[in-house]
Amino acid sequence: MRDVQFKKFLSPASIYFWIFAVFLYFPIFLLVILSFNDSALLRFPLKGFTLDWYKTVLRSHELVGALQNSVVVGVVSSVVSGVLGTMAAIGIVRFRFPGRNLFLAISALPLVIPAIVIGVALLILFRSILDVDLSLWTLGLSHVVINIPIVMLIVASRLAGMDANLEEAAMDLGASYWTAQLRVTLPIVFPALIAAFLTAFTTSFDEYAMSVFVVGTKPTLPVYMYSMLRFPRKIPVVVTMASIILVASIALIFLAEQLRRAGQNSTSKVR
Amino acid sequence: MERNSRIFALMTPPVVFLAVLFVLPLAIMALFTFRGGSFGLDTSQPWTLEHYQKFIANTTFLRVFWRSIVLSFEVSTLCILLAYPIAYYLSFHAGPKRITLLTMILVPAWISYLLRVLSWKIILGGTGFAASFLMWLGLVEKGVPILIYSPAATVITLVYVWVPFIALPIFAAIERIDPSLLEASADLGGNQSATFLRVTLPLSLPGIIAGFLFVFIPTVGEYVTPMLVGGPKGVMFGNMIWGQFMRALNWPMGSLMSLVMFVAVLLPIIIVARFVRLSDLAGV
Repeated sequence: MRDVQFKKFLSPASIYFWIFAVFLYFPIFLLVILSFNDSALLRFPLKGFTLDWYKTVLRSHELVGALQNSVVVGVVSSVVSGVLGTMAAIGIVRFRFPGRNLFLAISALPLVIPAIVIGVALLILFRSILDVDLSLWTLGLSHVVINIPIVMLIVASRLAGMDANLEEAAMDLGASYWTAQLRVTLPIVFPALIAAFLTAFTTSFDEYAMSVFVVGTKPTLPVYMYSMLRFPRKIPVVVTMASIILVASIALIFLAEQLRRAGQNSTSKVR
Repeated sequence: MERNSRIFALMTPPVVFLAVLFVLPLAIMALFTFRGGSFGLDTSQPWTLEHYQKFIANTTFLRVFWRSIVLSFEVSTLCILLAYPIAYYLSFHAGPKRITLLTMILVPAWISYLLRVLSWKIILGGTGFAASFLMWLGLVEKGVPILIYSPAATVITLVYVWVPFIALPIFAAIERIDPSLLEASADLGGNQSATFLRVTLPLSLPGIIAGFLFVFIPTVGEYVTPMLVGGPKGVMFGNMIWGQFMRALNWPMGSLMSLVMFVAVLLPIIIVARFVRLSDLAGV
């Protein structure tokens, strides 16, 4: 039996799988290893172990400021896109109305057109037409545009799996339509809301290609990190910052995934 | 009528938001391609076709545009060739652990794009990891072949960035294949490769097309990766748009290039949508 398993493990297909996995994970681990390397040059062989880069990162006011900007923009844009995306999701899942397909097609577009196209279009709107200064506000609004379809997709698929009769039951028992939405529907799709929020936050937190056009003078973390890449001496600091984000974002992904699964279990229980 | 007021209340905020901050900017960008002056605000000659004429006359624009399309095609094709065996293996041979293994492949897709590009900048760099590692092994002397700042470096890095995304749609498409079709093929005398070529592969085509578009579209719009690892020979169309807005300050020309890119990615989607139900592509 063990022999069979061993053979299965050594089959060409499984060997290819593990090589592929190493290809995916090696560059990421390399970043983490280099963040502990005692040298400004990132080359082999490694010099020695140090925590100096971490100290530098924590002491850098600019980095901490950029992190704050990223968190603020991430939270605000995820909350706003969460509200707008959830409203749209309820609308398109529960109702059929004229223009529904058009709305579906247009609202999905931010997912499929290149970020640079959205970035320059918003830059023209903000600077040439509205004549507002670029700031964290313009950046946050831009992030809402790309986050709405993400929230819609996640919440709509949860809503489609939910029994609409529960809303009907609440209304038969005297709740108004909006009370039924707030007290029945939203609690049932709540795990999807959290998953949507976390996904939107991650997207906002990581966005560079569009953000750089609408960011203004206060940088977010990706914008700041990118600007530091021009200075070779600063690269270890960027790598260290990258390692911290890496660990934090993997933790967030697992949290979002756990919540998504918990959500699926709880709705099946309700049924 | 109550129903209508509910729809109105639910849909108005998202519709207004997307109309003002998504549809309107794209429409203005399209109008901007006809404007004169660097920022499109020259009122002396408000409407002009000069940018269109210059764009068509400029062979560099067209060459770089075509090169970006070809490079995106290469990246998408390589991603599919690399990821298809993974999806096939997970679906047919990985047994009960398949979802865990699939998740393992998907996690890197969630890790910051900039970080993953950065890791390849470090690996491929002139004094970087690959070069110094090869020297340390004694495989090469001083004259290390410089991998960075070439179109090849862009292709390698972009394949790395996008390949985890592509395994999922292909896996989902293979999973949807009715196993009795595979049995029928075997009963009718088809060996493994015949079954693969005539049953599995054609039926997993929606997943392949979805995966292809999933990589092709963002790659056409790329400018960050070429800027970090591509060097002067690896310049893509996205870099030229970036240049028109950040360096050359010719916004109408940049708008035209951006519009060309928009149409270039929308066309394959519309063509595919005519032949395949989009829900088949997205479906898991």
